[in-house]
Amino acid sequence: MTQNTDAPAPRTAPGSATAAPRGLVDVRRRPSSWTGLWFVLPFLAFYALFLLWPAVVGFGYTFTDRSLAGGDISFIGLDNWSESLTDAAMYDSLWNTLWFTILSVPLMVLLALGMALLTDHARRLGWFLRLSFFAPFVLPVTVMTLIWGWMYNPSLGLFNGTLGRFGIEGPEWLFSEDTAMFSVVIATAWWQVGFNYLLYLAAMQSIPKDVYEAAAIDGAGAWQRIGRITLPMLTRTTALIAVLQLIGSLRVFEQIYLMTNGGPNFATRTVIQYIYDSGFVGLRIGLASSMAYVFMVLIIIASVAQFRLFSRKEG
Amino acid sequence: MRDVPHHPSPFPPSPLPRSSPTGPGRRSFMAGALAAGLAATGCTPPDTLLSGRTRLRQWNLFAGGDGNRMIEMHDAYQAEHPEIDFRATTFTWGAPFYTKVAMGAAGGRGADIATVHLSRLESLAPGRLLDPIDPALLAEFGIDDTVVLPNIWEKCFFDGELYAIPIDTHVLIQYINLDVCRQAGVLDADDRLVEVSGVDDYFDLLREIQGVTGEYGLSMDTWNPWSNFWALYRQQDGDIVFGEDDFEMDDDKALAAMDVMYRLSEEGLAPRHSRDADTAANLSNGHSGLMIHGNWEIPTLEATGIEFSATQFPAVFGNHRTRGDSHCYVFPHQRDRDPERTRAATEYAAWMLHNSLTWAGGGHIPAYQPVVESSEYDALHPQSEYREAAENVQFEPEAWFSGSAGRLQEEAAGALTTLHQGTQTPEQSLDQLKATIRDLISVPSPV
Repeated sequence: MTQNTDAPAPRTAPGSATAAPRGLVDVRRRPSSWTGLWFVLPFLAFYALFLLWPAVVGFGYTFTDRSLAGGDISFIGLDNWSESLTDAAMYDSLWNTLWFTILSVPLMVLLALGMALLTDHARRLGWFLRLSFFAPFVLPVTVMTLIWGWMYNPSLGLFNGTLGRFGIEGPEWLFSEDTAMFSVVIATAWWQVGFNYLLYLAAMQSIPKDVYEAAAIDGAGAWQRIGRITLPMLTRTTALIAVLQLIGSLRVFEQIYLMTNGGPNFATRTVIQYIYDSGFVGLRIGLASSMAYVFMVLIIIASVAQFRLFSRKEG
Repeated sequence: MRDVPHHPSPFPPSPLPRSSPTGPGRRSFMAGALAAGLAATGCTPPDTLLSGRTRLRQWNLFAGGDGNRMIEMHDAYQAEHPEIDFRATTFTWGAPFYTKVAMGAAGGRGADIATVHLSRLESLAPGRLLDPIDPALLAEFGIDDTVVLPNIWEKCFFDGELYAIPIDTHVLIQYINLDVCRQAGVLDADDRLVEVSGVDDYFDLLREIQGVTGEYGLSMDTWNPWSNFWALYRQQDGDIVFGEDDFEMDDDKALAAMDVMYRLSEEGLAPRHSRDADTAANLSNGHSGLMIHGNWEIPTLEATGIEFSATQFPAVFGNHRTRGDSHCYVFPHQRDRDPERTRAATEYAAWMLHNSLTWAGGGHIPAYQPVVESSEYDALHPQSEYREAAENVQFEPEAWFSGSAGRLQEEAAGALTTLHQGTQTPEQSLDQLKATIRDLISVPSPV
């Protein structure tokens, strides 16, 4: 009892006019916040068990030579960290991830915008465009990589077969160190752009019609309406899509693993695959953990930087 | 990159066409998954508890055609052994499977018996992750050194103890598109390929076939070339010996092998780019007359309906040595090994060997010699055409990172693919390969 009555006391103690209402709000909210806790508890438990705890334990692993195959574990200090930071293959794979991101983020934002604009204007064919632009997104990654793997096949595939008919010798797509990453990016864009497209389309359709009507009455043409109304009103959506796409692209793994397994000659091995190779093929879970931490820090830096960039524009 | 993606490897375009979407496969997979779940929690399934049957849990990595054959054998085994409560669980082939076997055994709660590649024995730390097998008990069930080829049997021992029971030998063989090769006039009256020996003669043979196809002479996997390299290197007696911080290999012989790979693609006798599934497609649609691939491709080619045969790996360097491996049974480490279940597991393994004629349907050469010498096996075509390959099999060098789906295959593929693509000369490729191996040696062994 005393505790209950004591608790609000320190908060109201300053006695200033502004402090008092805050204290009152706290007292009233208190019981409900405990109820809320019960609702989030299942999530919190899973979050702690499968995310926080492994993250903490994984950090501990980075200082050991722990192997997935068990055996004696010894403390090896910063050896894993120095190996991660001096390994040339680690930097190669980091660059591959970055290169994929540089190629894919602008492409998948602009493409989605263009597709959404098209759908928004082609009202009569809208349902057809919505269906065809979004359909690839629902394909499982295995199906997508199989389809594109065969289409890219230099001797038997659709692309080079078609080009060959016109007497053009097509590129080697996934099989050449020069073109493999571009090929993966094109396939990824086809597969994943539908989500960005949907976000853009939803945002576009929530722009009030009367704004366009007013502009039309004032004599604004179609391009002016896009440039002066649609695009400015999509800024927030663009920021959201860009951040989501950046994180998504940095995390690229499965389609590359399935299409090229990092080849040819490691030209498409991303950092996540390298971490996977070190940890699950090479069994060195301590080393793989430190690599994952290095990469996590980089993702956080990139996300924060991008968030700052966009929020400043907003402000 | 795994160099033996014979069971659905995770790399397209192979997985979907290969994995069998049939009902029984999925059902038994689910049953197996359930069994694994129960095993993991340490519970005995109620039916086992009530019936007093002996519990036997098997883990394997066979899907697709091999998976169906194993299920067929398991059904027969269960029918003959009602007193055994047998459950098999199939995992994804390759690294994911080995990770699970190692982790299960590290916790002392592995399956009673598991299938692995013999080449991976060392990477599974025999003695720590694997429990030894009692040869006397195995002999009681009819399996000993008199019924298995000596070159395979010896590989099953580690530090003088038996750790593996070989099921088969699987090797790279040479496939023949009979239609194409007949037109090229390179078959004898019995539809057997004319015997050629040596690099020049072999290239001449391929040129004749190329004259018919207009594309290639030989179809081969250029994406996972480690196995082809190892066969060509071993045909010249080349070897890799790993030391404490360094290794020895024969540069001249490696260069000779690499030169063959380089020239095959450079001359257009073999494709520059061909992955697992492309390789079989090139043979079946007549883009090539011959193909070097694992014996596990037989079911794939049978499904295409073309007329084909097979023979041993070509004698490019004067003999038919070929890269190969064996599937074998091992006992993953268990903290509380139960003698009754160990006995049941040993008997099960022996039963599977005795009945491995079914297994031979998938192209593998059974390890159990009475089956290979039987008239039923004689009647299997083209399996009986290359049975001598079991004596010519060349295992991979011994190290924790070598073997099927091991790190060496994956890392070496980078250097070797460039030979077929023509982006590196044999000298450059050898330098890269040696740097790769040096990196692997410098890493402390995780097992």
